[in-house]
Amino acid sequence: MPERDHLTVTVQRGGPDAPMRPQTFEVPAYDNQTVLDVVSWIQQNADPTLTYRFACRVGMCGSCAMMVNGVPRWTCRTHVSKVLDGNAIEVGPLRNLPVIKDLAADMDPFFDKWVSAEGMHHPTRTRDDAIEAIDPVTMERQEANAGIECINCSVCYSACDTVAGNPDYLGPAALQRAWTLYNDAKDANKDAILDAVSGTGGCHSCHSMGSCTTYCPNELDPLSAILGLKRATTKRFFGGRK
Amino acid sequence: MKVARAHPLWLAYLLHRLSGLGLALFLPLHFWVLSYALNDAAKLDAFLTLTEMPLVKMAEFGLVFLLAVHLFGGLRLLALEWLPWSAPQKTWAAAAVAGSFLVSTTFLLQAI
Repeated sequence: MPERDHLTVTVQRGGPDAPMRPQTFEVPAYDNQTVLDVVSWIQQNADPTLTYRFACRVGMCGSCAMMVNGVPRWTCRTHVSKVLDGNAIEVGPLRNLPVIKDLAADMDPFFDKWVSAEGMHHPTRTRDDAIEAIDPVTMERQEANAGIECINCSVCYSACDTVAGNPDYLGPAALQRAWTLYNDAKDANKDAILDAVSGTGGCHSCHSMGSCTTYCPNELDPLSAILGLKRATTKRFFGGRK
Repeated sequence: MKVARAHPLWLAYLLHRLSGLGLALFLPLHFWVLSYALNDAAKLDAFLTLTEMPLVKMAEFGLVFLLAVHLFGGLRLLALEWLPWSAPQKTWAAAAVAGSFLVSTTFLLQAI
C-alpha cells in the first residue's frame, strides 16, 4: 500500500487566449505511478479539457516532456516518488517554447532551429553507388555515436538559460545534431555545418551552464558536443582543417 | 513555476560571472588609486593608511577570494573548451591537481 492516499497536483492551465493559471487536483496515489499517469488521470477523471501530449509512453518518442517541479522531464519515465515535493507535484508546459494550450508546448521553434543548424543529411554518394563501409572504432564515429540517441524531446532546450535569454540561440539539441553530422563520415558538407553554427546564436553563444547535459533524460552530453563545435569552428577560423 | 537549476555546473557559471562582475567594479577604483603613485605620492600614502582598518582588510580578503575564484573558473573554462577529455580523464586530472596542491601547500606551510 502507498504511504499516502492522494497526491496534490498543480497543473498550469491556459494558452495564447487565456493567461496561464494554476489549477490544483487531488489525484489517487499508487505504488507505481509516473507523472504522465497522473496527468492522464486528471484528463480522464477530473477535467477532460486538459490538454497535453504523449505517444509511446516508453521514453522513445520524445512527446511528453513537461516541467515537473521546476525541472524539464520526460513524464512517461519519471516516477512520481522521485519528484514528490512533500505530497505535491507542480506540472507545467516546457519552458522556452510558446504554449499551445495547458501542457502542450509549440515545438516549431525547436525544430526550425534543428534545420537552421544544418541538421540535415548532405550525402557523399548517390543511390546508385555501393554503401560506404564505416569503421566503428574511429574517434569521429564514436563522437557521432554519442549523440544519435537524441529523441527530440526538447528537455535540454527547455533547461537552457541561454535559450531563455537569447531567442536566436540554436540550443543544445540542434547543435548536438550538427556536431553528430560533422563527425559523420557519410556527411559531405562539413563547411555548411560549421557556417550554420558559427554565426549569431550559434555554438559560441553557449555559456557552458551544462543544464542540457544535467537534465537530458537519455544521458546524452550536448554540452560536450557544443564545446566540440567551438573547437572545430575556431580551428577553421585559424586556417586548420578537420 | 520556479525553475530548479542549482546543479554544480550552473553554480560554477554563476560564481564565475559574479566574481567577474565584482572584479570589473573593483578595477577602475584600483587604477584610480594607482594613478596617485604617478601624480601625488603623498595622497597615495594617505590613502594607503586606510588599509590598516579591519574592514578594509576584510574587503581585501574578499578581493583575493574573487581573484582566486575567477582565475580557477577561467582555467576550468579553458580546460572544458580546449581539452576534449573523457569524464574519467577529467576526474583523474582534477584529483592529480588537488593532490599536488595539497602536497605543495603542506611544504609551503612548513617553510613559512
